[in-house]
Amino acid sequence: MATAIGVMTHAEEDTGLWSWLTTVDHKRIGAVYTVAGFIFFMIGGLEAVAVRTQLAVPNGTVLDADRYNQFFTMHALTMIFLAIMPMGAGFFNYFIPLQIGARDVAFPRLNALSLWIFLGGGLLLNSSFFLGGAPNGGWFGYAPLSSIEYAKTSGMTFYVVGLLTLGLSTLIASLNFAVTIINMRAPGMSMMRLPVFIWMVLVVAFLLILSLPVLTVGLLQLYFDRVWGTSFFSPATGGDPILWQHIFWIFGHPEVYVLILPSMGIVSEVLPVMSKKPLFGYSAIVFAGAAIGVLGFGVWAHHMFTTGLGPVPQVVFSASTMAIGIPTGIKIFNWLGTMYGGNIRFVTATYFSVAFIALFTIGGISGVMHASPPIDGHHQDSYFVVAHLHYVLFGGAIMGIFAGLFYWFPKMSGRMLDETLGKIGFWIMFVGMNLTFFPMHFLGLAGMPRRIYTYDADLGWDTWNMVATIGSYTIATSVLIFVINVIKTMRKDKDAGDDPWGGATLEWATSSPPPAHDFDVIPEVRDRDPLWYDRDHGIARAAVPEHNHIHMPPPSYFPLIVALGALLIAVGSMTHLSVLGLGAVIAIYGVWGWALEPTD
Amino acid sequence: MAAAAHETQPATQHATTTGIDNRKVMMWIFLASECLFFGALISTYLIFKGDSLVGPYPKEILNIPVTSTSTFVLLMSSLTMVLAVYGAQHGRLGMMKVMLLATILLGLGFLGFQAYEFTEFVHEGLGLTTNQFGTSFFVLTGFHGTHVAVGVLYLLSLLVASNRRTGLGRDRALHIDIAGLYWHFVDVVWIVIFTIIYLIPN
Amino acid sequence: MGGSRPGRMIAIIASLVVTGVVTFLIYLAFAESLDAVRQPMTTFVPKSDNAELVHGVYKLIFWLAGAVFVGIMALTLAFSLMYRERPGQEARQFHGNSRLEVVWTLIPVLLVVAMAVPTFSTMSVLTKPAPEGALQVIAIGHQWWWEFQYPELGITTANELHLPVNRPVSVTLKSVDVIHSFWVPQLSGKIDNVPGHENHLWFTPTEARAEPYLAQCAEFCGLSHANMRFRVFVSETPAFETWAKAVKTDRVAPSADLAKAGEQQFTTSGCIACHTVQGNPTAAGKIGPNLTHFASRTTLASGTLDRTPENVRKWLSNPPAVKPGSLMPNLNLSPEALDKLVAYLDGLK
Repeated sequence: MATAIGVMTHAEEDTGLWSWLTTVDHKRIGAVYTVAGFIFFMIGGLEAVAVRTQLAVPNGTVLDADRYNQFFTMHALTMIFLAIMPMGAGFFNYFIPLQIGARDVAFPRLNALSLWIFLGGGLLLNSSFFLGGAPNGGWFGYAPLSSIEYAKTSGMTFYVVGLLTLGLSTLIASLNFAVTIINMRAPGMSMMRLPVFIWMVLVVAFLLILSLPVLTVGLLQLYFDRVWGTSFFSPATGGDPILWQHIFWIFGHPEVYVLILPSMGIVSEVLPVMSKKPLFGYSAIVFAGAAIGVLGFGVWAHHMFTTGLGPVPQVVFSASTMAIGIPTGIKIFNWLGTMYGGNIRFVTATYFSVAFIALFTIGGISGVMHASPPIDGHHQDSYFVVAHLHYVLFGGAIMGIFAGLFYWFPKMSGRMLDETLGKIGFWIMFVGMNLTFFPMHFLGLAGMPRRIYTYDADLGWDTWNMVATIGSYTIATSVLIFVINVIKTMRKDKDAGDDPWGGATLEWATSSPPPAHDFDVIPEVRDRDPLWYDRDHGIARAAVPEHNHIHMPPPSYFPLIVALGALLIAVGSMTHLSVLGLGAVIAIYGVWGWALEPTD
Repeated sequence: MAAAAHETQPATQHATTTGIDNRKVMMWIFLASECLFFGALISTYLIFKGDSLVGPYPKEILNIPVTSTSTFVLLMSSLTMVLAVYGAQHGRLGMMKVMLLATILLGLGFLGFQAYEFTEFVHEGLGLTTNQFGTSFFVLTGFHGTHVAVGVLYLLSLLVASNRRTGLGRDRALHIDIAGLYWHFVDVVWIVIFTIIYLIPN
Repeated sequence: MGGSRPGRMIAIIASLVVTGVVTFLIYLAFAESLDAVRQPMTTFVPKSDNAELVHGVYKLIFWLAGAVFVGIMALTLAFSLMYRERPGQEARQFHGNSRLEVVWTLIPVLLVVAMAVPTFSTMSVLTKPAPEGALQVIAIGHQWWWEFQYPELGITTANELHLPVNRPVSVTLKSVDVIHSFWVPQLSGKIDNVPGHENHLWFTPTEARAEPYLAQCAEFCGLSHANMRFRVFVSETPAFETWAKAVKTDRVAPSADLAKAGEQQFTTSGCIACHTVQGNPTAAGKIGPNLTHFASRTTLASGTLDRTPENVRKWLSNPPAVKPGSLMPNLNLSPEALDKLVAYLDGLK
């Protein structure tokens, strides 16, 4: 295990910029992921507000067609790949080692590498706005609209290269998380004692490990089509646009579960702690999560019910999609069972968690509705689907992330977020969210297609569009309140203590924020809710030995160098071979230095 | 065995939960990911089978004797890789180094055959964009070739490192073992590709 | 009030009332989409046999979904009220309940089965080939307009589809460029127009009416996806036959001087490279819409403008300004040329 231990503990508690650039500490990396993800969340939110402003009234003139297409495409890409996934990754980084009782992830330097590649990929994708136009073909990049013939600007090349870069970062991170969870658990932490959050991360990691390579192949093929003139997806020369759809959704549907499962995990952490009772039906929730993961690979073609698949695939994928509603339903009932009979402390994290159950249920219900292909004939590509997916991704994923932010902020910063501001912000977000997305159900049923930059006045769509736009500004206000809350909180003294919520899991058994080595003594796990077990059985935290030499990995700048090389390779693939070559040289130098760097 | 050790002595940061080194676990999971990568490429090849609008078509151009030879070369490299792992695990460093070198040379040999095959195809009028066969063939075998090339670099760096004064350190056997996993995987993938492209009648 | 029985009752009743009121308000809001006059593209007022069939499944699933919605919302709210933290209340420590868990695994299973059965029986009808004697129509998606061909009748038209009532119509869906999607909410669910593939759908319109059924492309197809609209006119069989006969004939040769000059202009300005006007031997282009009976249509520019002389002029003077990305370029026509062309097109009855 040479990678996880190294020279003596950091001599210096360094705070300079260099210490952050060379850090291999999972907590620092997690914090940067979370902050960067939140900044991208705000950028993606602004894009959404711009889109909503354009649609507020019929024949809007705020955005022209081209800019509108760039904005809705970038809104989706930003929210999925640069906001929700990184904020999730922030929590994964910070809390996997803390919750399983480890001192760091399995590969600290790889962890830093995935962070830097992610930041590079995010900047690369967003730089397209200033370099000839952002991607404008939708986040699903359907062929042949994404081909060089129909997408002449470099936007869709940025899409291909940006997603390949982000995919590399995500793959590295997922491998790291999977190995950490499998191999670095504290003594006594069996798989069926893992916190549900960790279980969900493990499912997510495997979903990504198994679905990203398929997307990678699709993106490479699209790259060859666009740059080298092959015709994987161009029908005129023998290619097949439907092939892209299969490839994209074999990745794209598991990706949906990648976005929602972490939030399910967070809610499964918050609800028992705040209800002061164990999670109802732990095994059922774990198996349901795993079942969602497995079934998630067998439902992709429900995104393609209108492409003319033929009756047999339609029936098969319809049945599998309906079946995935069963484990989802089990989870919802188990969360309700956790609340039942509790003594629920309604802090802001609880509000977000309970809202998660309600709003995710709405998204789940509408999701099962369009599992029926005849109904999907109406829902597909209409605003009904926009409503559905935002109930899942905003009502589900984002609400869960906010629950996590309020729940774990004290651990990460040592300070309690302001509860009053938190609750005000929650209610504004809850109202705004429903104002924005519920009317979209009506719009879809009234025949409004997705991704249109303008619509006529005489279609009866104006009222609900205006309501949705007002809702989007309401959401923006609530996000602003959260930012104010964070700024206000960071200016006060540390007041959280080790365990402000009476938590059950190991992260609450160390200081807030935790020391670089996480735990003075690696805890012994005796139960699924280790801290509650120790409390109820009067087991004290193990004493710290007098000479406690803990070996932590030294900082390293090689991850930064390899990431720079990877980024140059990405840029080079869009510009000039010489840049690509330079990137390759830098990356190889970085890998070599990395391999030879002494870690003990 | 390792699991038993885990029970008798409380895990420290040195022992892993499964008893298998982190790096080896990661290589296994990474190879699972690679299966899907090649799965997607092979599926693409199969989907476009028979879809070429113009020639040259596979049966006119595939040179099965030559590629069978190169397949044999690659298979032999798996054998030498096994011997290198054996050498590393049993402290027979000379054997390890020789076998690593042999594996590298056999890998290079395979790449040489591939380079020859590609140039021949181009001479006979099959380019990347000629038809769907050309596109899916070059991309599939090209990515496999890239994997072999990465493997050659990987083994080469191990060979170079093993000649340092400190050698490969106390994890020597593990390093070679993990590289072997990758190398065998790439070989097995080639068997699948070879069967699908060359052996199954078009 | 927490631990007390009356307190719990109040909480449960309050939850049910709140959930009921919210659901009722949502239903009121939703009922608006039932109004086909105010919302002409509603999916809730089917006017064809197959749309009716789908609507039957829809209603069933819609009510099932509504019941689940009310149930979960009421439970969530009730538990939030009943088990709020209060002094003296203890959380009950239990890990699960096998019987309950089996029950609530069965609930979604039953719901799914209740959905699956009508779904699959409806699909068995929808995916059958169209009945014999169906009117054959080919709908071809272009960036950004619709071409409609009636192969049996030898008719080619654009953006306005005419159908006879009570006769099955079999629509073959094609595309010449990117993926589009054919969706007439009141008549049929959508199926995509995929380049290199041929898709099919069929339905029998059941209501002839003067107003058109409004529709638009439903698959994102680029810059002017929002402007790719079309209309379906369903009329009694005699009226349809009259229309079919009229559009099959050659163009009415212009008689007025201005219109005659317009036909000249049509040739010299290059319009003929993309547009067909049957009877005008020079105009045989296939890239743009067939204009033989342009003046018999109600709209132009893919259903985005009413066909008035002012709008025709507006369109001709700068097409990309009306329809961003329009493949028809700005020809920089002089005002005189515009006058002539407007007069010519206006005469193509």
